[in-house]
Amino acid sequence: MAAKDSTEIEIDLLLEAIYQKYGYDFRQYSDAHIKRRIMNRMVLSGYNTVSEMQFQLLHNKSFANDLLHDLSITVTEMFRDPNFYRSVREKIVPILKTYPFIKIWHAGCSTGEEAYSMAILLTEEGLMERTTIYATDFNQRALDEAKQGIFSNNLIKEYTSNYQASGGRSAFSDYYTADDNMAIIGQNLKKNIVWANHNLVTDSVFAEVHMILCRNVLIYFKRELQNKVHRMFYESLINGGVLCLGSKEGMYFSELKDAYQDLDPRQKIFKKKY
Amino acid sequence: MGYEAIVIGVSSGGLNALMKILPFLPENYPCPIVVVQHVSPRSDGYWIESMNRTCNLNVKEADEKEKIERGNIYMAPANYHLLVEKDKTFSLSTEARVNFARPSIDVLFGSAADAYGDGLIGLILTGSNSDGAIGLRKIKEEGGLTIVQDPETAESPSMPLYAISASSVDHILPLDEISGFLKGLV
Repeated sequence: MAAKDSTEIEIDLLLEAIYQKYGYDFRQYSDAHIKRRIMNRMVLSGYNTVSEMQFQLLHNKSFANDLLHDLSITVTEMFRDPNFYRSVREKIVPILKTYPFIKIWHAGCSTGEEAYSMAILLTEEGLMERTTIYATDFNQRALDEAKQGIFSNNLIKEYTSNYQASGGRSAFSDYYTADDNMAIIGQNLKKNIVWANHNLVTDSVFAEVHMILCRNVLIYFKRELQNKVHRMFYESLINGGVLCLGSKEGMYFSELKDAYQDLDPRQKIFKKKY
Repeated sequence: MGYEAIVIGVSSGGLNALMKILPFLPENYPCPIVVVQHVSPRSDGYWIESMNRTCNLNVKEADEKEKIERGNIYMAPANYHLLVEKDKTFSLSTEARVNFARPSIDVLFGSAADAYGDGLIGLILTGSNSDGAIGLRKIKEEGGLTIVQDPETAESPSMPLYAISASSVDHILPLDEISGFLKGLV
């Protein structure tokens, strides 16, 4: 194996320092992704080497916060992949309707747009009153934002088009109040969402749930870590429960792929076998 | 020269340009080819199947963690960035658009330059933006070979022009000479 170059060694040491000092473990994230995020921060902050950032990470709290924030992806949108939500309506809602109470775990919810999307969908399907959505993320800054349910007005056009393409039954504007700059999610959508800090890498099984959504999170993990998180999901789901991954995330490499049946292979929706 | 892989970045006018290159590469072409074509975030990749029928090489969408192997032309999926890992597998990312694009050519080229070093060939084709210029410069810095479509032959010349101004590229070639050139390189 070829020797590592200096930047790679510095990145390894930086990730080790983040873990030892702050408890966040990025050591099993995909290298190319981590390198991109770290080099972005280096350029933004005007440093020449990753080693200079090591000093800042250990001794400058606000720099550390910025770097930790960079390492988690907070890019999301309402009704991202409309066809996925269409499939939730058609294939998952009939299953959820059979339960007296419904618990949904949205793992890696970031700033909450998809948790609110699910709340809208379940409201329209008459299920939200008996549902609790546990929306979790390890990024506290993103969670705090999520709780507020405020998004920029200039996103509304895109979100409305996503909502309509997903098979929405109402007007998207029924779900927020807007002023010149901001749109605020309606209070009734927030009622049954519980926001909680949970780290998929270092924390354990969450709860006994009927449905797990974890979309576009596992793509950042190396295979071994993906398997570890899949075991956690499997243990958290009830038999017959549903697992939803991102549209380009499969179960191909999971040790548990035979423990699920396909509910919608195109949308990466799987059902835990009894 | 021992080139190991080719990365191609293309935007508006892309399908026509790709169809003048990829179908002419033989089944036993020794380098895997990875393409970022800017498409709408909602695209379902319908055009990949028709390209597959036209090409001798296997054309497919890149899957996350998939091993990059010869015999294949890999297309970046819509609405995801595509990155190459050092172990020559793919990673996907949903992070913010780069140069207004996701997938971004710069993101693919930058990571592929890290993974393949001087074993990489980078090619910029037609497009009406500036994506790919920084990525192509990075390929050059890592010792790879850089090629740009002659802007005169490009449906949209901006992307080739930006790429040419960002670094000293090795070759500027008219569209209809590119496939022959790629065949002769490896």
